[in-house]
Amino acid sequence: MRKTECLAMILAGGQGSRLKALTKSIAKPAVSFGGKYRIIDFPLSNCANSGIEKVGVLTQYRPLELHNYLGSGSAWDLDRNDGGVFILPPYAREKGADWYSGTADAIYQNLNFIDSTDPDYVLILSGDHIYTMDYSWMLESHKMNKADATIGVFEVPWEEAPRFGIMNTDKSTGRIIEFEEKPAQPKSNLASMGIYIFSKPFLKKYLEDDAKNETSSHDFGKDLIPKMLGDNARLFSYAFDGYWKDVGTIESLWQANMDLLQDEPPFDLNGDWKVYSSNPSMPPHYIGPDAKVKKAMITEGSMILGEVEHSIIFPGVRVGKGAKVTNSVLMPNAKVEANAVVDYAILAQESVIAEGARVAGSEGAITVIPEGETVSAEANQQAG
Amino acid sequence: MGIVNLQENNSLIRELTDTRAVESLPFAGRYRMLDFALSSMVNSGIITVGVMLPDWSRSVLDHIRSGKDWDLARRHDGLSYLPAAPADNDSRQGDLKNLYHNIDFVEHSSQKYVLLANGSFVYNVDFSNVLRFHQNTNADITMVYHVADTESAGKNVVLEVAENGLVTDLAEKPAIYEGSKVSMSVYLMEKRVFVEMVRYTYEHGGQDLLLDGIIRRIGEYTIYACEHKGYVAHIDSTAAYYKANMDILQPENWEEIFMGDSPVYTKVKDEVPVQYKETASVKNSLIANGCIIRGEVENSILFRGVKVGKDVKIKNSIIMQRCDVRDGSLIENVICDKNVVITKDKWLKGAQNYPLIVTKNVVI
Repeated sequence: MRKTECLAMILAGGQGSRLKALTKSIAKPAVSFGGKYRIIDFPLSNCANSGIEKVGVLTQYRPLELHNYLGSGSAWDLDRNDGGVFILPPYAREKGADWYSGTADAIYQNLNFIDSTDPDYVLILSGDHIYTMDYSWMLESHKMNKADATIGVFEVPWEEAPRFGIMNTDKSTGRIIEFEEKPAQPKSNLASMGIYIFSKPFLKKYLEDDAKNETSSHDFGKDLIPKMLGDNARLFSYAFDGYWKDVGTIESLWQANMDLLQDEPPFDLNGDWKVYSSNPSMPPHYIGPDAKVKKAMITEGSMILGEVEHSIIFPGVRVGKGAKVTNSVLMPNAKVEANAVVDYAILAQESVIAEGARVAGSEGAITVIPEGETVSAEANQQAG
Repeated sequence: MGIVNLQENNSLIRELTDTRAVESLPFAGRYRMLDFALSSMVNSGIITVGVMLPDWSRSVLDHIRSGKDWDLARRHDGLSYLPAAPADNDSRQGDLKNLYHNIDFVEHSSQKYVLLANGSFVYNVDFSNVLRFHQNTNADITMVYHVADTESAGKNVVLEVAENGLVTDLAEKPAIYEGSKVSMSVYLMEKRVFVEMVRYTYEHGGQDLLLDGIIRRIGEYTIYACEHKGYVAHIDSTAAYYKANMDILQPENWEEIFMGDSPVYTKVKDEVPVQYKETASVKNSLIANGCIIRGEVENSILFRGVKVGKDVKIKNSIIMQRCDVRDGSLIENVICDKNVVITKDKWLKGAQNYPLIVTKNVVI
């Protein structure tokens, strides 16, 4: 392969156990988001738009649907003769086989792939955040600082800081002085976004050392970054001030979907910075004569005969006559039959809310209907 | 193998086809006319397709490109473009000349049958049923027809068909009536029959495959026809175009054409889902991705990326891609071509049987 300036590696093997029913059969990065996308569309589109032409996607948990979705990478214009998308699941060697035991271990096990693309820099991304970001500026800052590593940081509200990995930096240079994982008394509100750029020889050395360390959990945040700081390496922060949302929980996934419904959405899916996704061959959606639709996002192949307000509708969804859908996310091919009611819920793909049935959660307690499940009107009565 | 003919005469649909072939007219929110014939072929298992290019071919080439969106970008077979023959000193009109000059493509193909279709129809047909019918009847040529449900003017080929499907007469008529068996311009035959027909007819002064190759030589062939019972529209006039778009607003037609096991493919664009804002009110309409709606829309079709401002009312209209209808405008019985901007508080109204047409890129 030709020499690469910056190789991206997306960690897409996570189970996303906090998304419960939504990740029973698919990996977290394959979870649907925003009416037609999947979470992994965001880092992949960011790579394509930032001019990064080689992207390794590390998969492990329930990879079938994710592999199928990525295909040749053509949806993101990443089906290149020299480069494009490389799917990297764990593999067997002469002496046994190992699962990826941590984020750093996953990268370590693919050092031979990294060497084959001969990059100067390696960009490490995770597959569980919603944001649009130009990585080329971060790379520029990495080069200007002559950094060994640059870590993307995001200002979070002070009261939320104890939930994140917090970077304490030198205000004038952005150099990272200290890293604290979920500090009770945070000294700063700059949270790590899980986005790292490493100079390749530096990364390789630390990965190899870490692999030999039997007490390490092989995690970038827990093991490698503290070790690098301990060695007084040049670690810099790169502050991102756009929209960035971790969608690792049901509530945050729901909230990020709802954020798109604001009159002026916090980030523009419609702008020059396109988010690409694999497009189904479906017609424009149909809105029936008695339908009422407002504050909603609706996509191709859906038929809306009832009422939809403040909700996100994915392809192939049916909302029957007299049905009422509010404050909800209806994933591909979900069906809400006539006179059914859905409020504060996420309906996973192919789920059915039968005629007259009722599914209602509340803000802070979103109801999730798992993939392929049917909720009947009788079930409601039994539940009380 | 399939051949899609994109050389329909389009004199009756002038404004919309000033700069494009009728086959590349935008239809039903995100499609182009030719998508229907092409997708039906692909879904029927046809893997070699020739596309006969029209005079205005840029929009066709830009739409189909490598054929990838129809799964026709193959290492073997797949898509071929069949350009029009040079004018030379042969001033003959009609499609026969172009078929004759591209006959190598057919002769060198490894396929046994040729299916010809026309890119100006809306339908979703399983041609593999037509092939089975053809093999059972031992016909030289098999055609496909539909039974008209209303009267309409405009040139159409009407068939007389016996109970067993044998075609007893075939003629071009100026109008059709309820119950007429109308040709869908689909012809299936063995390759050798097709090649002989094109060669013989062209070399004997013919111009038009249908008129000179089939109708005039009807006695020489055994022709059968089978009926297609689903939705069919032939777009040969502005009125037909408007009516067919409105027909797609019937949920049964929308389901039949688009949502069955055989999808209609088209060029993929990365558009955002439609954004309905607080003040939106939409009824009985088809809305394509990328639209942002703040006003009222009724009985209408909005193509990709249309913006509808506050206090706008759009009724019985077709608004093509990237039009911008600004606050307070009223639009009724209108066809807006691509990229039209309607500035604030304008009123545009056509008649129900004679829609007002606003041409491409106009600012009103």
